Formats: sequence, structure tokens, C-alpha cells
Amino acid sequence: MNFDFTDDQRSIKSTAKEFLAARYKPEKLRELAESGEYDDAIWDEMRELGWAGIFIDEEHQGQGLGIVELVILMEELGYALAPSPFFSNAAAGLLIQHAGDDEQKQKWLPGIASGEALGTVGEIKNGRAPLVPDAEDAAVIVLFDCDQAWIHDRSAVDVEKVDTIDSTRKFASVSADGGEGLGGDVQGGLDRVATALSAELTGIAQRTMEMAVEYAKERKQFDRPIGAYQGVSHRCAEMLLETEGARAVTYFAAYAADSEPEELSLASSAAKAYASDAGWRVSASALQVHGGIGFTWEHDLHFFLKRAKTDGHLFGTARQHRDRVAELTVARAAAPA
Amino acid sequence: MDLTLSPDEEAFRDELRTWLEDNHPGEEPKGDEEEAFAFRLEWQKKLHAAGWAGVSWPKEYGGRGATPIEQAIFSAEMVRANTPAPANILGLAMGGPTVIAHGTEEQKERFVEPILSGEEIWCQGFSEPESGSDLASLKTKAVKDNGEWVVTGQKVWTTFAHHAKWCMLVARTDTEVPKHKGLTYFLMDMQQDAVQVRPLVQITGQPEFNELFIEEARIPDENVIGGVGNGWMVAITTLMHERSGIAFGSMAQVKRDLASLIEVARDRGLDDDPVTRQQLAQLYIESEVLRINAYRGLTQIIKTGQPGPEGSLSKWHWSDINQSLTETAMDIRGPEAPVVDGEWSYRFLRARANSIEGGTTEILKNIVAERVLGLPKLR
Repeated sequence: MNFDFTDDQRSIKSTAKEFLAARYKPEKLRELAESGEYDDAIWDEMRELGWAGIFIDEEHQGQGLGIVELVILMEELGYALAPSPFFSNAAAGLLIQHAGDDEQKQKWLPGIASGEALGTVGEIKNGRAPLVPDAEDAAVIVLFDCDQAWIHDRSAVDVEKVDTIDSTRKFASVSADGGEGLGGDVQGGLDRVATALSAELTGIAQRTMEMAVEYAKERKQFDRPIGAYQGVSHRCAEMLLETEGARAVTYFAAYAADSEPEELSLASSAAKAYASDAGWRVSASALQVHGGIGFTWEHDLHFFLKRAKTDGHLFGTARQHRDRVAELTVARAAAPA
Repeated sequence: MDLTLSPDEEAFRDELRTWLEDNHPGEEPKGDEEEAFAFRLEWQKKLHAAGWAGVSWPKEYGGRGATPIEQAIFSAEMVRANTPAPANILGLAMGGPTVIAHGTEEQKERFVEPILSGEEIWCQGFSEPESGSDLASLKTKAVKDNGEWVVTGQKVWTTFAHHAKWCMLVARTDTEVPKHKGLTYFLMDMQQDAVQVRPLVQITGQPEFNELFIEEARIPDENVIGGVGNGWMVAITTLMHERSGIAFGSMAQVKRDLASLIEVARDRGLDDDPVTRQQLAQLYIESEVLRINAYRGLTQIIKTGQPGPEGSLSKWHWSDINQSLTETAMDIRGPEAPVVDGEWSYRFLRARANSIEGGTTEILKNIVAERVLGLPKLR
């Protein structure tokens, strides 16, 4: 028994952390967040590192690694708040890899794995998907409704830019009908997407907790660092509890995806429910620790808080995932042990 | 990451499961405390005879020398089988490990075996009426007199004092040095007239705790553990065992109680109620956090010998979850919730102590803030 990363996984994590810290320095992050743009040169470097296809089979020009490795990257991308098409492209890869037939995989996965023909995923109801990340720049758009999904060529759908509170990720609404059905395990793909997003939320929680702790050590009021007051220090301890909790359920979901797939439905919904709450609560709590400065545009905290809230509403809210957990656990308790 | 058991670990689990199926003592008698204690003592003797008492202790002291993973399996299986607690729970969980860590060879020879057999029951004399969270401020005094220590003072929250032979007693032996440095850890014989035990009835109506009134009790010098003046360090060992030993057992207990709460909700047709579903799902998710963090803590202990940051969170998190679980049970039982049913009504009241015993949640948050996050101390 061992619930820890391998040496290879640890090295992916430290490489990602260093790379992202060097590329997304505060000035760069602010420039991108204020312009609503991504940096193509940084994305090209990520592609060269093989990130885009990290979990995609070697047969389709990916790295052939697992969801644990994807989650490692997503956590670090969340920590850096990296504005990039990484997540939306990975989501399309996950759906097509799990639910696509050989022909569909052959057609789309190599482009997603290299990042040269980007994909994305959105939820569609009555012909309209209101919030699809990075749809404008995608070559292929996967739209799902419950456990059904369809592939659309970008040129065959209407895409309209949407402004959200999160200016570090681009969104659009997509209107479409028809499309090419994905016949396989759509839910398995969506569970992996939810797991990846939980990792991003964990990274955001970790980063905003660190920001709050650092500020609480420096900022003095009544002649003492505010972190010496229990009103502040206990809040910070609670942030650690929730961040570690989000990390625990997320890593377990990633482990389940790779090693115990029969546990994935429950594990991924547990992860997305907990991480959605934790990402928001920790970043909001970090804002409170920062006081007035945390409410200003000039402080970076709000970019993290807005991404956390937005992530919490993508691919199922905490409430929706909790309801799924209830469905699965109540049904299980009824079954003979 | 790999959460599967090795063939040896599976064999350990299967052996234990088979033994439990053949030897489970049945349900503990309710009501009469003496009868319940005798039942637990019988159970401990049975465990000991089969080599299942003190699984984590080294073989040379009568333990099983189990690996951390086997210890985790052991606690989870005991909860799974719904076994009663052994009678000498404090000796097993804290006293023995403390003597093994800090005692002399003679002390280990003398004290360890009777803990395992249940022949000598242990209690813990740390807290005082004026010294709860600020344990190091305690006032019970020990003075050296003719090679013996003479102890006077008062202790409180002393579980099992009325059954105990030995008390893990922390007393002040030096008033001239800073408070943490003037303490000594003793093993005090409870069977002397100078020690009076008075039961302290809890909000549950049960007298699980006691007060100790100590008036010139005598302790021989050879019953000092870890040296005069080192009492704080030795006491911390005891407390670490109290907090860390609970991870797998408490996780398994929460899982078991949640499963029976889901049954209660189903019986009442509340499994379709959206609010109840949200509450039960949240409890399930939180119990998963406990379970996975127990695995993470175990991995950390195997690799480094030390619990990681998540280890310091587990007792606090468990008390939050257990309180929330028992409150949800009251919600689900609705108008009947206040009725004493010997089960949920007791658990609901007993859970209020979870965030106080073994370190209050406030103290644990201080520890996390100062030692894990590096925030400055208020003092």
C-alpha cells in the first residue's frame, strides 16, 4: 500500500511547477488576465513538453500516461492560474478517448495530443451550449447532454464570445444541431474531466491559502502580525483543512480512473463536489484575510477567486455532484454487502 | 499510488477476520457499568490470549510487532466487526507506547505485560480544574522525601480511575523553572488511601469520567518515566499516541455510523428528500476525505516515520464530521429525535466531547497555524 506519487510523477510535478512559475510571473498573468488573451509562445512550449497529449494513447501520438499525471499538471496549472487552452483541449481528448470509435480517435486525437488542432467540450441543452471554454479557437467541439455526446467540426456551428467573471479563460456559447455521435463511455470521459477540474481547484486553493498565510505574517495591525490573532490564524488553518481535503479526494479520483475504474463515478463526483466548495471558500477566505487590499483590482487575488467560482460551476456544480453521490451511496447501502 | 494489500497483508486481514468471526463476544451489556466493564475485561483477555492485544507493540514486549499497514487493517477490522473496546483502552493506546518509548528496561519488564493482559488497568492524570488546554500550568505537586515522591493535588476527566491500578500522572517537581520544564511524569499506584476517586457524570448521564483528589500520595522513585523534569516531553508522546492512533479506527467508525444512518433515512422514506440527500452525500464525501487522508498519513509514516501535515488535521476533522453526522441523525429522526433510544440520542450527546477531548479543536487549530503554516504565536 502506498498513496503517493512515483519518482517520475514527482518529477513531472516539479518540472511543471518551475516552468509555470517562470512563465506566468505576476506581471505576465496580469497582462493576460486584463486582455483576456493567452500567450501562444508559452502554449507552444507546453506542447513541446508533450503536455497536451499526456494521457492520450501512444498510438494516437500522446504520451500514454494516466489521469494521475493529468491531475498533476492540472493542479500546477491551477496554482499558476495559467491562462491557456490546456484544460478545454484535454477535456475533448478525454471524451473522444473514452467514448469515440477507432475512426473518431484516429481523426481527432493526434491533433489534440499535439495541440495543433484544439478541442473543447461543453454541455448542450435544446441546441445551445451557453458556456464552452475556448470554443472560438477550437477545431473540434464535443457537446454533451447527460450521457450522450456529439462531435462537431468548428466550422459547422455558431460560436459567440461570452464574457464571464473569469477573465483568465475564454468562453463562448455554441449553437449546434446534429453532429457525429460518440457511442462509447461518455460518462467515463466526463468523470475524468470533473477529476481534472477538481485538480485545478485544488491548485487554486493551495495558492490562495499560501497568499493569505504570507500576508498574515507580514501585515501588522495593533503592532502585531495579523496572523498572530486567532480570528485570522484559525481561518488559515481551516483553509489548510479544506485544501488538503480537496487534494485527497482529487488524487483518489485520479487513482480510481487509472486503477479502480469501478470506483470512478463516485470518486469523481465526491472530488468535484468537495473541490468546488473548497476552491471557492478558500479563495474567498483568503480575500477576507487580505482585507481592503484584497478587494482591489490591483491585487491579483480576485483573478484566482473568479476562476475558482467559475470552475465550481463547470461540468456540474457541487450540489449536482452531491446529488449524484447520494444516488450512488444510497443505492449501494441498499445492496447486500 | 497503489491501495491494494500485499498477499501477506491480505493473509493478516483474513486471519483476523476468521478469528473475529469465531470469537466475537456479542453485544456489550447496556446499563450496568460494572457489568459492561467486566465484559470488556473478558474480551481483552481473549484478545491477549490470541495475540491480538498490542498489535503495534514490539514482540519482545508481548506485542505482535505489526507493520503500520497491519495496524491500520487491525483498527479498521475491529470497527467493521463492531467489537467492544478492550477494558484497558488507555493502557493500550497510550500507557504502553509511552513506557516503551521512554521507560527503562526494568520499567518495561514491570509494566507492559499486565497492560496487555488487562490485569492492571490504566488511567490518565493530566488535566486539572485550572489546567485544561494550558496543561503545562498544572499545579499538582510532587516533593521528594526519603527516596519517595509525595504528591498532592487534584486531577479531572480521569476515565476509568475507579478501575485503575496505575495513573499516568504529570506533576510539578520544580517551581523555580519555566512551566514546561518543571514537570515530571510518574506512574502512580491508584490503590492507596491518599487517592480518592469521585465519579463525574457527563451530559450523557454516564459517569465515564472521574475527579481525583490526591493528598500526600506516595510514588517510589523508580516510577518516574523519562527522568525528573522531562514530564512535558513524555506527556507529548502520550498525547501524540492519543491523537494519531485514531485515524483508521475513527474513519471506520464514521463509515459504519453513516451506513446505519442511511438505513434510518431509507426506513423513513427520506432517501428521496433533496435536503437529506445533500446532507448524507456531504457526510459521505467528508468520510472519504478522512479515509484517504488516513492512507496519506500512513504512507507518510511508512516513508519518513513522521505524520505529514494532514496528520495534524485528522482528529479535528473527525470531531467535526462526527458531530455533523450525529446532528444530521437528529434531523432525520425528526420529532422522535429527543427520545432516548440508547443509540442515536447517546451518540448525539457524546459527540459534543469530540471537539474537546484529546486537545480542543481550538488548540489543534493553533498547532496547525503555528507548526504547519508557520504563523506567529499570539503569546
